[in-house]
Amino acid sequence: MIKVNNLTKKFGQNISLNNVSCEFKKNDYIALMGANGAGKTTLIRSILGYYHPDEGNVLIDGLDPIKQRVEVLTNISFVPQLPPPIKLSIEELMNYVSISSGIDKDLIKHYSNEMKLDINANMNKSFFKLSGGMKQKLLIAISLAKKSGIIIYDEPTANLDPKARDDFYRLLKQNEEDKVLLFVTHRLEEVEELVNRQIYMDLGTITSDERVS
Amino acid sequence: MKNLYLIAYLDLKESMRAKWFLVYSLVFGGLIALFFIAGVTESQVMGFSGLSRLLLMYIQITIVILPIFILITTVRSISGDRDNHILEYMLSFAISLRQYYWGKIIGRFVTVYMPVFLAMVIAIVYGWAIGAAIPWGIFFLYTGLLFSLSSAFLGIAFFISSFVKSSEVALGVAFFIWIFLLAFIDIALISLMMQNRFSEELIITLALLNPMEIFRIAAISLFDPELTVMGPVAFTILDTMSQMKFVLLSIGYPIVLGLAFAYAGFSIFKKKDLV
Repeated sequence: MIKVNNLTKKFGQNISLNNVSCEFKKNDYIALMGANGAGKTTLIRSILGYYHPDEGNVLIDGLDPIKQRVEVLTNISFVPQLPPPIKLSIEELMNYVSISSGIDKDLIKHYSNEMKLDINANMNKSFFKLSGGMKQKLLIAISLAKKSGIIIYDEPTANLDPKARDDFYRLLKQNEEDKVLLFVTHRLEEVEELVNRQIYMDLGTITSDERVS
Repeated sequence: MKNLYLIAYLDLKESMRAKWFLVYSLVFGGLIALFFIAGVTESQVMGFSGLSRLLLMYIQITIVILPIFILITTVRSISGDRDNHILEYMLSFAISLRQYYWGKIIGRFVTVYMPVFLAMVIAIVYGWAIGAAIPWGIFFLYTGLLFSLSSAFLGIAFFISSFVKSSEVALGVAFFIWIFLLAFIDIALISLMMQNRFSEELIITLALLNPMEIFRIAAISLFDPELTVMGPVAFTILDTMSQMKFVLLSIGYPIVLGLAFAYAGFSIFKKKDLV
């Protein structure tokens, strides 16, 4: 589903990705790890089509995420490390994701309830004014409701309490079939039970890529 | 198209909730209220009185503050979203860059144009209520001029926003452009004229390329069709074209300029890294 071919990305003199190649197929549940500055975020941003590579390319189901971004992003769910300070109300944000990507709003509410987030009581509240944990829960609910083939999480549990983390992992377990699940994480022990592949990056290269049972 | 309008609608709603929009609306609405309270409609200067005089004063102040308001509130539109990672999340959905960029422009245009337009409408309605003669010609000309001036500076602001990485730099560039077009370009052209190095026609043409300058001249052309207050420069302008052609140029040119800058901004936006 995701093919990264000899990808190099530089920011000025700094080489963030250095000739990286890898492939993620259906039912690959990957923990992407490495120290700060290893190139993890650059790799996922390249998959999302945010960066123009200096060399190489990324193909998602054979499509270029920069040139065919709408088709590619229809099938990708993404949750960033820190929820952005979006000023829209929850209702407006839900309209945005529903109209732009055809996400079922009832399904967002369903997953929000599963994450113990009472969304109906906060519909007119600005997303920005929710607590860190509530924001993260809503973004996770949206990502699950999108029913994408590829789910990318950049440290998604940073703001969640232990109970919410358990809910999150339970929902993921129920929804991971036939998908590519890509976690950027520093805490392998948290996702160890979910993943079947561990990739370590350092200084813009993949230093190890192993399958785990 | 639905995504374009969705982005425009959400940007409009978000802007209308922002504090800057409240201040922006109060400034332009307050100006009109202040003019009425100060009795501007009762005064007469250089033959202008009533609502005509009020609209003339309004437009003179607007020429100075509207561009900087548009620049500082809009220039952070994309660069600000990039700075605080909103762009990273919002563009992870199936929205094309074209829809996102032009949707933002449409939303922001309505946001910046609506208060200045409504302030003039309020002046007309209030003037009509107190029995003043309504200067429809001036009203429509100013509506058109404000539309085109807003277009020009919105285009420039989005152009800056598309390539500047941080919103602080964007603000600095915006302020420089405003002060350059407002004052420095005049000073530079006057000094060139005094040195007699270039023909007057060339210098006047250069001055008229400045959207603020062409707005300024068009604004007085309805009161003073011969442009006598401008002295000899008027001969060059009115010898080259009729007053009507000049008014049409002063409305059309800034719109084209704004669209050109907005399109250049879009070309940069889609070719650069998004975050």
